[in-house]
Amino acid sequence: MATAAVSPAYAHAGASEKSGVWSWLTTVDHKRIGALYLYTALAWFAIGGTEALIMRIQLQGPNGHVVSADTFNQLFTMHGTTMIFLVVMPLSAAFFNFLIPLQIGARDVAFPRLNAFSYWVYLFGSLFMNSSWLLGMAPNGGWFGYAPLTTMAYAPGLNIDFWMLGLQILGISSLAAAFNFITTIINMRAPGMNLMRMPMFTWMAFVVQFLLVLAFPVITIALVFLQFDRFFGTNFYTMTAGADPLLWQHLFWIFGHPEVYILILPAFGLVSEILPTFSSKPIFGYPVMVYSGILIAFLGFGVWAHHMFAVGMGPIADSVFSVTTMLIAIPTGVKIFNWIFTMWGGNLRFTVAMKFAISLVALFTIGGISGVMHASPPADLQQTDTYFIVAHFHYVLVAGSLMGLWGGIYYYFPKITGRKLSESIGNWHFWLTFIGVNLTFMPMHWSGLYGMPRRIYTYDAGQGWHIFNLMSSIGAYIQAVGVIIGFWNLFRSRKNGEIAGDDPWGAPTLEWSIPSPPPEYNFAVIPTVTSRYPLWDVKSPQLTAEVPHSKHGDERNDVQVGGKHVAAFHDHLSAGTPEGGINPNAKQASTKVPLKTAEQLGIPMPFPTIKPLFVALFMTFMFGSLILIHKDKTDLAITGVLVFAAAMTASLYLWLTSPLEPNHT
Amino acid sequence: MADQFTHTNADIDVHAMGEMHEHPTWKQYKWVALILTLITVGEVWLYYIPSFVASAAFVPVLLILSAAKFAIVVLFYMHLKYDHKIFRGLFTGPLIIAMATLVSLLFLFGHLSIGS
Amino acid sequence: MATAVATHAHPPTSTGLDHRKIAIWAFIGSECMLFASLISTYLIYKGRSVVGPFPHEACDPPKCATHLHAILNIPVTSVSTFVLLMSSLAMVLALAAVENRGKPGYEGIMGSSKLWLLVTAILGTTFLGFQAYEFTSFVHEGLTIRTNLFGSSFFTLTGFHGAHVTAGVLWLVTLLAIDMKRGLGPKDAILVDISALYWHFVDVVWIAIFTLVYLIH
Ligand code: HEM
Ligand SMILES: [Cu+2]
Repeated sequence: MATAAVSPAYAHAGASEKSGVWSWLTTVDHKRIGALYLYTALAWFAIGGTEALIMRIQLQGPNGHVVSADTFNQLFTMHGTTMIFLVVMPLSAAFFNFLIPLQIGARDVAFPRLNAFSYWVYLFGSLFMNSSWLLGMAPNGGWFGYAPLTTMAYAPGLNIDFWMLGLQILGISSLAAAFNFITTIINMRAPGMNLMRMPMFTWMAFVVQFLLVLAFPVITIALVFLQFDRFFGTNFYTMTAGADPLLWQHLFWIFGHPEVYILILPAFGLVSEILPTFSSKPIFGYPVMVYSGILIAFLGFGVWAHHMFAVGMGPIADSVFSVTTMLIAIPTGVKIFNWIFTMWGGNLRFTVAMKFAISLVALFTIGGISGVMHASPPADLQQTDTYFIVAHFHYVLVAGSLMGLWGGIYYYFPKITGRKLSESIGNWHFWLTFIGVNLTFMPMHWSGLYGMPRRIYTYDAGQGWHIFNLMSSIGAYIQAVGVIIGFWNLFRSRKNGEIAGDDPWGAPTLEWSIPSPPPEYNFAVIPTVTSRYPLWDVKSPQLTAEVPHSKHGDERNDVQVGGKHVAAFHDHLSAGTPEGGINPNAKQASTKVPLKTAEQLGIPMPFPTIKPLFVALFMTFMFGSLILIHKDKTDLAITGVLVFAAAMTASLYLWLTSPLEPNHT
Repeated sequence: MADQFTHTNADIDVHAMGEMHEHPTWKQYKWVALILTLITVGEVWLYYIPSFVASAAFVPVLLILSAAKFAIVVLFYMHLKYDHKIFRGLFTGPLIIAMATLVSLLFLFGHLSIGS
Repeated sequence: MATAVATHAHPPTSTGLDHRKIAIWAFIGSECMLFASLISTYLIYKGRSVVGPFPHEACDPPKCATHLHAILNIPVTSVSTFVLLMSSLAMVLALAAVENRGKPGYEGIMGSSKLWLLVTAILGTTFLGFQAYEFTSFVHEGLTIRTNLFGSSFFTLTGFHGAHVTAGVLWLVTLLAIDMKRGLGPKDAILVDISALYWHFVDVVWIAIFTLVYLIH
C-alpha cells in the first residue's frame, strides 16, 4: 500500500503519548479495552485450535497414539474450556466493549475503570488456568467438570484445582462486565435513543448481560462447593456422606444452558447488524427480533435438565424439560426466518462479512435442528455422549457463534482500526472455513449415530467410524489453514488495509457516523436520535421509508443527529474542514486533518490508571495461592491468601478514592 | 470513597427528573421496624407450639410470614415502593427466576412432589 | 438543542438515575441467584446426613456414637435476627439523615448520620459476634464443616451470609470515616443509598435463612 497511508487515517494531537505499553496497561477507554479483548481472545483461539488439531491428528485413524489418554483428557478439557470461556465469550466482550457505547451514542461505559478491571481479570485468569500446562497438569475433567469425578477421591492432582480456581476468577470478570454494561445500556443512551431504537446488537448484548448476571452466580456456588470439598474436606460431592451425584450436574447446567445463549446471542446480534446493511433493507420484524431474544433468554433458564436425560430423572421431569427445550426452538426459528426475510428482495452485497453472516444463518439452523432432535428424551438416550452431540454443539458454536463473530470482525475492523480487511484474502479465509467446518462437523453426526462415544482418546478399527473421523480431521486441517489466512489478513490489514472512512459499508447505525477509528471521546457532540436508522434517514431515506418506527418521517430533511447532519458534527470540528453538510462519498476528505482532542473540546475524559490492573492481579494471586494447599503448604497458602487479599483491598481503596476524571464543574 | 466512582452530573436536578420520590420518614420507619419485630416474635412463638408445628399449617404459615417480612423490608427500607420502576424490574425479575429455580430443584430432588 | 448539551459536562443519564444505583440493583439481582443456589443446596441436603449432629433432631446410639442433641439454638438466633433487623432501621435513619441534612426535623439525633452509621455497624458486628459464638459452640458440640452434609451446607450458607455482613460492616465503617473527615451531605446521599441497599438485601437474605434453616423442620 501507499506509504502515505501508513500513518493513521487520522491522528489526534495527543497520539504520541497515547501509545506504548504503559498506555495500554492503564487504559480505561472502552475501545482500547475492546481491542485488548479482541487480540487476547484471538491468541487463545490459536491455542485452543492447536489443542483441537492435536486431538484430530490422534483420531484421524484407528488406534492413534500421538498423545496418551491422560494428555487427551487434558486436551479436550482445555479445548472446551478455552473456546468457551477464553475465546467466544471474550470475543463477544470485545464487541460489547467496542460497540455498545458507540451504538447508543455514549462517550464510554458507565464505569470505565471497572471495565479495565474486567479485562485484566480475564487476562490473568486465563493465564493462570493455562499455566497448568507448564506443570503438565492441565485440567482433565471436561469443560463441565462433573463432580464427584472431580473430587479428591477421583482426581487427586492439581489439574482440577487449576480449572475450578480459573473459572472462578473468570466468572468475576464476566460479572463485573455485565453490571457495567447493564448500567451503560440503561443509563447512557443518547437523547432519543429509546429502547426500541437500539441497534439489534446492543439489544442482544443487553439480554446477554442479564444471562451472565443470573447464570454465573450458580456456577460460582457450585465451584465454591467443589473448592471446599477439595481444600477443606467438606461433603457436598461425597457420596458416602449421603451427597447426591446430581447436585453438581443440576447446578452446572442451570448455569450451562444459559451459558450457551451467552455464547450465541452476541453473534446473533452482529449478524442482525450485518444482514440489513448488506441487504440494504431494515431488519425484518425488529420488535419480534427483540422479543424473541428476550424470550430465548427467559426460557433458557427452564431447560437445563435436557443435558441430563440419561441420568433417569423420571417421566415427569423428562417430559417437562423436553417440552421447554422444544419451545425454545420457536423463538430461535423466528430469528432465522426474520434474517431470511431481511435478505429477501434486498439488494445483496456479498462481502466477506456478509458471507460469514449468511453461513451463520444456514449452519446454525443445522445445529438447532439436531438440538431439537435430542430434546426428545428417547432420541437423546441414543445420542447423548456420542459424537452426535459433538456435531450439534460445534454447529451452533463454530458454525454459529464463531462464524458470526468473524463476520463481526470483518464488518467492524474498519471502525476499530480505520482500515478494511482485505476482501480477497478474506474470501480465502471464508471459503476454507466454510468448507472446513462442514467437513469437520457434518460427519460427526454419523460417527455419533454409529455409536462413537465422546471423549475417547482412540478407537479400534472395524467399527465403521474410521472414514468419518478421517473426514473430520481433514476438515479440521482445512479450517486451520483458513484461520491462519484470517490471522494473516488481520495482521497485514492493520497497517496496509484500504482506508475505510467513516462509513465504508453504508450502514444505518450511529457508530458509523463518527470517524474510523473513533476519537477517544467518540462523539464530539452527543447525537440526538430520532429513529432506528439515523444514518439511512439522512443518506438513503428511501431505505427507511417504510419503517414505522422512523416516526419523524416528515422531519427527515432536517434530521437531528448530533445537532446537525449526521456526519457534519464531526467534520466541522476537525480544524480546517469547512463546516458543512455530509458528504457520504468523501471517504478521505477529512482524514488527514487531525481531529480535535477531548481537551480542546472541553470533554472530560477519565484518567488512565493502573489500579484496576493491580486489583485484578492481586485477586488472581489470592485465588492462585490456594493451589499450595495441595502442595502440602497450607500455611503458605493461607498467608498468600491473606497477603494478597490485603493487597487487593488496598488497591481497591486507592482506586475508589482517586478521582475518575478531571473535575469539570 | 466512591464518590468519584463515576460521573454525577451537578447540572441535573435529579429530583426534578423523578429519581427520588419522597422517602418515608422516621414515623413510618419505626412502624415498619415494629411490624418486623412483631412478625419475628410471632414466628419464634409458633415454633414453640408443638401442636402447631405438627400441623400441616406450620410450614406455609412460616413461609408466608417470612415472605411478608421480606416484602416489607424490600418495599419500605429499600424504597422499592417509591423508587423508579427500573429498580423494581432489576430486582423482581431475578428474584422470580431464583425462586422458580429453587422450587424446581426441590421438585427434582424429591423434596416436593405433585399430588401426595 | 444538541449543541446546547455541548461539551463541558457529561450528558444527563437516560433515566435521570445515578449509574451506581442501577449497578447495585443489578448486583442485588445477581445475588438472588447466588443465595438461591446456596439455600437450594441446604434444603436438598436436609435430612440426608448419615451421621449427626442434626439441626432439629437429637441423635442417639446406635446411629450416633454418643447422644447428640439437636444443634440449632433458636433463642440465640432469634436475638441475632432481631439485631440484624434493627440494624436495618438504623441504616434507613442514617440515609434519611444524610439526605435531609439541614432540613427541619433533622436536627440533633435524627440528623446525626455518624450516629446511625455507627449504630448500624455496631449492630452488624454484634450479629457477627453471635455468629462467631454459634459457630464455635457448634464445633464444640461436634459439628464442623466436614462432619456431615448438614455441617457442610449449613456453614457454607451461613458463612457466605456472614461474609456479606462483614463486607457490609467494612463499607459502613468507610462511610463513617468519610463522614467524620468531611461530613456527608445530600449530594453524597447516593453513597449511603447504595450501601443501604446492599445492607438491607443482606438483611432480607437472613430473613429467608432464619425461616428456612432455623425455624422450619
Ligand atoms: C435450538 C436450540 C437448541 C436446542 C434445542 C439444544 C438442545 C440441546 C440438548 C438437548 C443438548 C444435550 C444433549 C446431550 O448431551 O445428550 C445440547 C447439548 C449442547 N448444546 Fe444445545 N441446543 C440448542 C442450541 C444450542 C446453542 C445455541 C448452543 C451454543 C451456542 C448449544 C450448545 C450446546 C452444547 C455446548 C452442548 C453440549 C454440552 C455438553 O454436554 O458438553 N446448543 N443441546
Ligand atoms: Cu442446553
